[in-house]
This record gives sequence, structure tokens and C-alpha cells, in this order.
Amino acid sequence: MINDKNSQKIVDIIQNFARQHSLWVLAYGTGCGAIELPPTMTSRYDAERLGVRGAATPRQADVLLITGYLTTKTLKRVIRVYEQMQDPKYVIGFGSCTINGGMYWDSYNTIKALDRYMPVDIYINGCMPRPEAVLSGFAKLQKLIQAGKADGAKKYKENLEWYRANQKNVIPNWRMPEYNW
Amino acid sequence: MKEILYYTWGAIVSFVVAFSVGITYMGLNRKITARVQNRYGPPWYQNFIDVIKLYSKKTSIHHGVMHHMGPAFIMVTAVVSLLVIPILNGNKFFPNLNFQGDLIFLLYIMVFGPLGMALGAGQTGNPNSAIGVTRGLSQMAGFEIPWVMALVALMIQYKTTSIVDLMNVQVESGRWLMFSSPFAFLAAVMAMLGMFRYAPFDIVGAPQELASGPMSENGGKYLFVMMSAGSVFTFAKLTLYVDIFMGGADNLIILVVKTFTLYLIPMLYGITSPRYRTEQSVRWFWGWPSFFGLLAILQAALF
Repeated sequence: MINDKNSQKIVDIIQNFARQHSLWVLAYGTGCGAIELPPTMTSRYDAERLGVRGAATPRQADVLLITGYLTTKTLKRVIRVYEQMQDPKYVIGFGSCTINGGMYWDSYNTIKALDRYMPVDIYINGCMPRPEAVLSGFAKLQKLIQAGKADGAKKYKENLEWYRANQKNVIPNWRMPEYNW
Repeated sequence: MKEILYYTWGAIVSFVVAFSVGITYMGLNRKITARVQNRYGPPWYQNFIDVIKLYSKKTSIHHGVMHHMGPAFIMVTAVVSLLVIPILNGNKFFPNLNFQGDLIFLLYIMVFGPLGMALGAGQTGNPNSAIGVTRGLSQMAGFEIPWVMALVALMIQYKTTSIVDLMNVQVESGRWLMFSSPFAFLAAVMAMLGMFRYAPFDIVGAPQELASGPMSENGGKYLFVMMSAGSVFTFAKLTLYVDIFMGGADNLIILVVKTFTLYLIPMLYGITSPRYRTEQSVRWFWGWPSFFGLLAILQAALF
């Protein structure tokens, strides 16, 4: 009965509901976007009423928030942070810089498209996105989780070679532990 | 055989009650904090959702055996102290394992969990965990002194080391111990501020400076165990205070009212306070709370 398909469906519904309404966010504040997070979390926009809450370490977090541009140097750290997080995990690309480089489109040491190095579930565009946009991004992510479609981590595992090749392409001295799932 | 079944069933029921009440209190804490900060805040059942989510997370962390055991130690402490502390007056509905000398046993078992957690956190090798553990143990050296002094004063005054005897004293005289030994109550409540680890004594967790301290390497199911143990332990501690100082409770509704009133003290004191440094915290506990503890012992010995 426990391994029955229908009971698994019920378990999935409950789990997706819980995941959807309890998003612990690890904000990787690299770019200017980090400054939009305090108003999102505090009394004016109050993201906690949606269950969004800050997490202290990657081990405890569900959502990795990349706020802004990433230099190749920070990309290495972000990859390690992402691989330390526990499944199920989601990535939000925050601001134009994560989509196409934004104002850093011709810079020599920032990456242009975050999607080539990490699986991104939701993009929030804007330079910078206002807290309203951030909240609407979280709401979109919640809808994806409810439908069970936020499977970036699964994609990462399946296409690990492709991601690794891209990462090693831009990171010159690759000295990182090789994870195997 | 029938007795064993009765006790097992009672243990399960009291665990479920303690879990749901404790976790509701923590959710209400978040809600009240939000209202004080002029926010709308999460719903009161937010912590239930968090617990289900934490349980449904996959966990693949391995730092060694003690790291896996750490959260289990906390859970054992919470459950054992819950089983020893009588929940209602006259052991109605909730059978428990109280015996002569259980106050002394509680004094020991209540520091067992943090010590086990310290071993587990030490094995992760995370520097934040190590700092958190040293802070936690120093703070424990702080608040244990007024807490032990308060309990010793009660033991001297009523010549018993059993919680049930202390409850019977209050039922017979019709007078709560918080009025007949006020200094012990003051010292114990001030020690409770440290036990709950809300601000200004949240130097162990301190998410902004220590990345949540001892549990910084624990995610997913570890955090689930710690959160449920924390809620059970919250309920157990509050029930202990109600039993000793506020005359116990005849039914669950009175118990919830009394425990929540008591829970408001660390909660509201925490919302309106910033964070102490470690030495400030220890000095605070060795100041007025220990003085009140000393007065309580004097009152018990002389009068």
C-alpha cells in the first residue's frame, strides 16, 4: 500500500505543498542586487508571509539567489555553494546580469549567461528588480514547485559533463573536489 | 504487560501533545515577532510546514558518526525530560516516570543534549560550529548557577527532591511557590531567559555572525530532528516551571494558558532586545540572577 502509485501521489502533493510554502533563501549577494533584499524581507514587503525566510548556511537552504553579476572568481565559490545544498534545491537568477550580462556584456572577467554554468529555475529581470518583482518571482517559483516542474537540480545531475566542461572553460585553476551523485 | 502498554501509550500521547503545542508556540513566536516589527508575518502553522519540508528533503552529508548522533542526543534529552516531568496534577491521563530525586536527575539530563550536540558539531570541522559550541558552553556555565540555586533553595525549603511532592505542597497549601518562595522564582525565570536562547542571549545560534553556529553543517533531516526536539523541549521546560512554581495544572487548557503566559516572558524580552556578547551574557547571569538565587537559599535556610 505504501509503494502504491496513488499513495505516492498523495505524498507528493503534501511534500510539494510544504516545499512551496517554506522557501529558505541563501542570498549570494555578489552584485548590486543584494540591496533589494532587505526591503523585500522587512516590514514594507514582508516576504516571510509567503514562507520565504533567510537561511544561514547552504546546508539549510532551498533556494540559491544569485543577485547580480558573477565574476569568474566568484563563480567558483557559487558552484561549491550550490553543490553543498541539499535536494530539492532551486536557483533564482536575479537581475539582467544573470540573463545576458547586462551592463557587463563586454566585460572580460564576468560570465554572461548563468544558465551555461548552473541550472536556473526562475529569472527575475530588471536592473535592479524592485521588491515587487522579487516577490512575483518567488510566487512563480512556488507555482512551478506545486506543479513539480522546478527540477533544475535533476537537470544538473543529468547534464553534469556539459556543465562541468563549461565551468572548467572559464575557471582557469580548477581545484575542486569531484562530487559524484 | 498491561502496565507496560499503558506507559508506552502514555509516552506516545504526551510526545504528540508536546510536539504540537511546542511547535505552535514557536510559530506564534514568529507571528508575534512579526507583529511587533509592524509586519504581517507568517501564519501560525508555518513551523508545521517547515518541519514537513525539512523531513522531505534528501540529505547526503557525512562528517562522521558523532555528527549523525548529535541531533539524536538532543532528541533523547527532550523526550527523557518530557517523560520525567509530570504534565498534569495527580498524573491524570499522562502517566510518567517520576521518582524521588527526579529534580536532580533533570538537572543532569538537561545539559546532556547540548553536550552531545557539542561533540557532533565538533566533528563537522566547521569553524562556526566550534565557536558556537564554546559560546554555548560558556553561557551554560552562566545560567546553570542561578537555576541550580533556585532548585536547591526549593529542595532545602520543602525537604524533597521530587517534582510531584512540590506540586502536592502547592495543592495542599493552596499557594503557588512563586509567591511563597519569590526569590527562587525570580532566579529561575531569569535563568530561563538563557535556557530558551532568544535574544539577547542568542549568542549560540546568531545567524548573522556565526551562520547558525553548531547546526551550520546540519540541513534537511538533521534540522527536522533538532526542530522537533526543540519544540518538545520547549514544552517540557515550560511544564516544569508551571509544575514547580505555578501549582501545576488540572487539565490541558489551564496548562496551555499557564505555559503560554510563561513563554511570553522570554519571547517579549527577546523581541525588544539586541544581542549580548558572550562575556556580557555570562556576567549578566552571575549578577542579579545569582544574587536572587543566594537570597532564595538564605530564605529557605533561615525561615
